[in-house]
Amino acid sequence: MTIEFETPKPIVNQQVMLKTVAENMMRPISREFDENEHEIPWSYVEFMHMAMKAAGGGGGLTVTEKPQEGDEKRPPIGYQKLAAQIEVLAWGDVGMYLITPGGGLGAAAVAAAGTPEQKEKFLTRFNSDIPTYAAMCMTEPGAGSDTSAIRTRAVLDEKTNEWVINGEKIFVTGGDKSFTHYEKLGKGFIVVWASIDPTAGRAGMRAFVIESGTAGVKINKLEKKMGIRVSDTAAISLVDVRVPFENMLGSATVEKNNTGFRGAMATFDATRPLVAASGLGVARAALEFLKEKLEENGVKIRYGLPRQKLSNVEREVIDMEIMLKSAWLMTLKAVWMADNKKSNALESSMSKVKAGDVTTKITQKAVEILGPIGYTREFLLEKWMRDAKITDIYEGTGQINRLVVARNILGYSGKELR
Amino acid sequence: MYSFEPNEEQQMLIDVVSKYAENDLRTSSNENEENKELPKKLINKGWELGLLQASIPESYGGFGERNAVTNVLALEEMAYGDLAGTLAVLTPSLFATPILLAGSEEQKKNYLPKIIAGEWSPYTAALIEMSFDFDPNALKTTAEIVSDKIKLNGTKAFVPYAKEAHEILVYANLNGVTQGFIVPKDAVGLSISEEREKLMGLNALPMYKVELRDVMIPLSNRLGGASGHDFELILASLRLGSASAALGVAKSSFEYAKNYAKEREAFGVKIAQKQAVAFMLAEMRTEIEAMRLLTWEAAWKLDNNKEDVCVSAYLAHTGAADMTMMVTDRGVQIYGGHGYIRENPVELLMRNGRGFAMLLGLAIV
Repeated sequence: MTIEFETPKPIVNQQVMLKTVAENMMRPISREFDENEHEIPWSYVEFMHMAMKAAGGGGGLTVTEKPQEGDEKRPPIGYQKLAAQIEVLAWGDVGMYLITPGGGLGAAAVAAAGTPEQKEKFLTRFNSDIPTYAAMCMTEPGAGSDTSAIRTRAVLDEKTNEWVINGEKIFVTGGDKSFTHYEKLGKGFIVVWASIDPTAGRAGMRAFVIESGTAGVKINKLEKKMGIRVSDTAAISLVDVRVPFENMLGSATVEKNNTGFRGAMATFDATRPLVAASGLGVARAALEFLKEKLEENGVKIRYGLPRQKLSNVEREVIDMEIMLKSAWLMTLKAVWMADNKKSNALESSMSKVKAGDVTTKITQKAVEILGPIGYTREFLLEKWMRDAKITDIYEGTGQINRLVVARNILGYSGKELR
Repeated sequence: MYSFEPNEEQQMLIDVVSKYAENDLRTSSNENEENKELPKKLINKGWELGLLQASIPESYGGFGERNAVTNVLALEEMAYGDLAGTLAVLTPSLFATPILLAGSEEQKKNYLPKIIAGEWSPYTAALIEMSFDFDPNALKTTAEIVSDKIKLNGTKAFVPYAKEAHEILVYANLNGVTQGFIVPKDAVGLSISEEREKLMGLNALPMYKVELRDVMIPLSNRLGGASGHDFELILASLRLGSASAALGVAKSSFEYAKNYAKEREAFGVKIAQKQAVAFMLAEMRTEIEAMRLLTWEAAWKLDNNKEDVCVSAYLAHTGAADMTMMVTDRGVQIYGGHGYIRENPVELLMRNGRGFAMLLGLAIV
């Protein structure tokens, strides 16, 4: 091991390619799909599906490693590549990045907790010819970050060997595209977290795959949001939904441990730096726009001067750069650890804390500094500020992640530090 | 490739420095500050770890090659023990490293072997000036070429070990460009203040004002020889020296605060079990990590001759200085009233922590 910061060639190449996608397929329609909430940008969806399939990475944006030839073993960079991909796409339009076709978090749950048969049954569809989605349903009206408070119940009907599921789910990213039948989309599914034994707390939590079109599932509404409007956020009710026994991920016996739940939490260790990366793409877009506008107006940032000689605007921009660059390095470190199979619970939460902070600060400051140019819908900056805020909320709010960081550095359990 | 772990050699060095920082510097830090003194034995022990020696090639009497990343790691680790002690141990680097980076062959041959042979010996450098907008690229101390000599005028502040130094590397403004000049202790017109500098912190480190009144030195004493040198990379190295020392100070305060919060009880629980305190600690740890990576990256750029190294070093220094003020302030805050009492180390760490915004030129990687 050593300390090195040279961006690997495959990542550089990929960044160049995706920048073209961002500039040509995303930015030009960014405003249109912000103004027309819940419309689907088919051009982007179909293009991305085709492009990813052509690149051999079917199944959406996932960790991919080309098989290595010869004896020369290079260290894995799959997660690093993925984080870099996400950063560039989010630089284009973070909402649109979120609807990049593929299995998303739903498929991730199957991949993490499913049997080989389940993976075969549920995951191959993402390689088909038409874009296909899956979504994860965790949050409920009364259970946000405290996922152990989930009320959705799954009861086994022993006569038919089916699970009967009842409950309410909200904030399901991509829920509509995963469940509703669209002509141009393949048949997707949602993964619903429910309890099979409410007395067992987290140990009783299981994930169930519910195929698109299953009776009893209703998309009640698509939320109207501050930002990332092109990404659908569904509220779903489940009334006597019946799924085959084998659609449950993991074991049906409830033991006195939380392995099922831990599985869900472990997914977060892997995905938090990716969410950080998506936020940082937006922040970079905002900072670049700010610097561009300043330069058009004759303001150049004089790096190297002591603070006392800088204008306030220069100081703000320099501080923003420090925030953005350091947050990106923290994200890279977290995914590098994941690639190298190092436990990264602390680093991945720290990267999310930092990215949530700096993404909101940078975009909000940029709007402030540019005044009317920042606030007008003539430019995308105001949208980026609205888009950015979600970074500090989803995949664990900044506060939850602070709690995770604190428990890690203090060596405290959830009981010791509530 | 991205990679975030010190190599084996670096790890071994970190371990050795860490031992010294933990056992020698950390235990004596407060006493030294109160006595306004650093025992020579302590300095020599740190000198013997060979940080500077390992940066100098064999041809000049050393046993290695300068590596900025390695130096960043070692500096953070040592400053974790004590800032004044670290700056004292490494004061000769302020003279030797610029010579290594930008000196003429003659200067390298003349000074490097002499400095690193044997015990710690006082060679130092003078950069800081006493003005609110002190700017290393616009110095008020002037250099003028007068036939075959250089004439220096101005006043320098915060010069460590100036009184005993054999030679001082004085930075001055030559036609708008910062250049280094080697000034021997017996130069006519050079005077060193009787009294030591009295600062908010760093009182164990002897520092002086240095006045130059029409000091004449030969052209060959210009760093790099008669045609001079590029100051940019020296400045980047100074910024990274400051940034890495800042990381060590911040880490020290964070560790003290964390341990204290796990001991101290209030309302029947440890104060670390209160989110108000736990979140402060989480943010301290996060910000230290953020600035550490920024500093590492800039140092790596220095080692690999990357174009934007100067901006990177500037950003790392600026960010690390801010971060260290925030972290050391919180260190005191978490201790509450006890943090305000000088017998608790977080008190000194906060006074030292403020220094990084202006203490440029006291550490180099």
